[in-house]
Amino acid sequence: MRVHSTRRLRTLRTASLGVVGLAGFLVAWQLVPTLGLINPQYLPYVTDVLARLAEEFVDLAFWRRLGSTMTSWAIGLAVATSAAVVLGTIVGLVPVLRRATHTMVEFLRPIPSVALIPLAVLMFGIQPQAALVIIVYASFWQVFVQVIYGVADVDAVARDTARSFGLTRREQLSHLVLPTALPYLMTGLRLAAAVALILAITAEMVIGNPGLGRMIELSRSSGDAVGLYALVVVTGLLGLLVNLVFRFVERRALSWHQSVRGEEAR
Amino acid sequence: MTAYSGRIGTTPRGRGVGARLAAGFLYALGLPMLLLVVWGLVATRATSQFFPGPLTIAEAFVDTWVGPAFVEDVLPSLYRLGIGITASIVLGVAAGTVIGLVHWLRELLEPLLEFFRAIPPPVLIPVMMLLLGITDTMKVVVIVSGAVWPILLNTIEGVRATDSVMKETADAFRITWSERLWFLVLPAASPRIMAGVRQGLSVALILMVISEMFASSSGLGYRIAYFQRNYLIAEMWSGILLLGLVGVFLAVVFGLVERRVLRWYHGIREVNRA
Repeated sequence: MRVHSTRRLRTLRTASLGVVGLAGFLVAWQLVPTLGLINPQYLPYVTDVLARLAEEFVDLAFWRRLGSTMTSWAIGLAVATSAAVVLGTIVGLVPVLRRATHTMVEFLRPIPSVALIPLAVLMFGIQPQAALVIIVYASFWQVFVQVIYGVADVDAVARDTARSFGLTRREQLSHLVLPTALPYLMTGLRLAAAVALILAITAEMVIGNPGLGRMIELSRSSGDAVGLYALVVVTGLLGLLVNLVFRFVERRALSWHQSVRGEEAR
Repeated sequence: MTAYSGRIGTTPRGRGVGARLAAGFLYALGLPMLLLVVWGLVATRATSQFFPGPLTIAEAFVDTWVGPAFVEDVLPSLYRLGIGITASIVLGVAAGTVIGLVHWLRELLEPLLEFFRAIPPPVLIPVMMLLLGITDTMKVVVIVSGAVWPILLNTIEGVRATDSVMKETADAFRITWSERLWFLVLPAASPRIMAGVRQGLSVALILMVISEMFASSSGLGYRIAYFQRNYLIAEMWSGILLLGLVGVFLAVVFGLVERRVLRWYHGIREVNRA
């Protein structure tokens, strides 16, 4: 009982300290333009930004923009993930392919996906496909590399056991390879989701297809600092939400796995 | 990277070193060569406007980047990138060590840091343009403001997870504050720090390119966008190629540094596995 209450006290302390930190940041933000350290034209008052945020949340146009950003995010992530899982499994299971593709992967992976923006614009103009190319390219590698690692990580004894029990290829895939690769896949998916969001918004900023990113660029060029800061806060919240959701999905999908079970036992 | 090479120290008998070298060479370069040849053949058959052949691109590469453009566009970009990365590492590791060591500070700042990390870094470019104008400082600050978060958060995690037995040993031996930092805390955190630096590097490269596409009249990102707007397709491809090479170069340098810094760590892991 006593242990329980001290633990609750500690989480309460952590939470309240976090709130204090957040409040301190907001107060500091309000003070900087008030004291004239930075012109409010460049760093608007936090109260103005929050008021604008509240306005945006009841504006249908805002939700439509958010919707188009998240649509290209979701499509891009889905396409990249399914392609990466299929290709990664094949390449990861066949040692010859793994060796042969190694150089290609190591060269293509570090190419910053934003370098492809001009190419995407040439090919598709300012249509959503241009943004999709960038999103898919960036998030594909995150998942692909993890799947290759995961598929190759199958325990040798387990594989021999499966073989001596005469498991068919399909059974081996679903009972042996999939459980081994799932933690890797989940890590890759979480990273890819964050990257896809970054690229979705970046593509809208640079290419100019409709969405939050274009709105950010428009408020910058029209000198609407309050709107700009409000949108930056929105993207931060969006990123936070994506992180939380995928962390939750990861824990649920891996509830049987040692890494999650061990954590809960503690 | 280790999972890739399936070699286990033993050499297959009966085959000479030369044959193995040749096989390795074939594996490493076979597929890229094949793809280049296919690409070249396709490009000569169907003259697609947007996909020039590899030879055209190679020619454009030499014409565009070898010469004054290297000094005017490439070096300033790399200079900003270098300063940005260095500043991010110094800032991230220093602040991360302090936050990781001081318990209440970490609890105070954690939600805030999570939020800042979640902001897609390119969004900060317009903000920095507003605050600092279109200057070199702005671009460096943009790079730092994006690349510092993975380094900072990983450092905090690494410092926090220092082995408690070692901490108590350090206490028992009354090791001074600075020795403790240098011989215990930082080495213990270094695997996490390096993981953070790796993430920070790719973010920094992305931000270098976008900040130049957005607000610049020089630099690699600006050049590529300029070529695209003027329909100089082969030149644009050569720029993409150059960015790819910069990315690969960064990855290779990082790999070398990491191997040097974490030599002890990989050694321990190998012993544990054996």
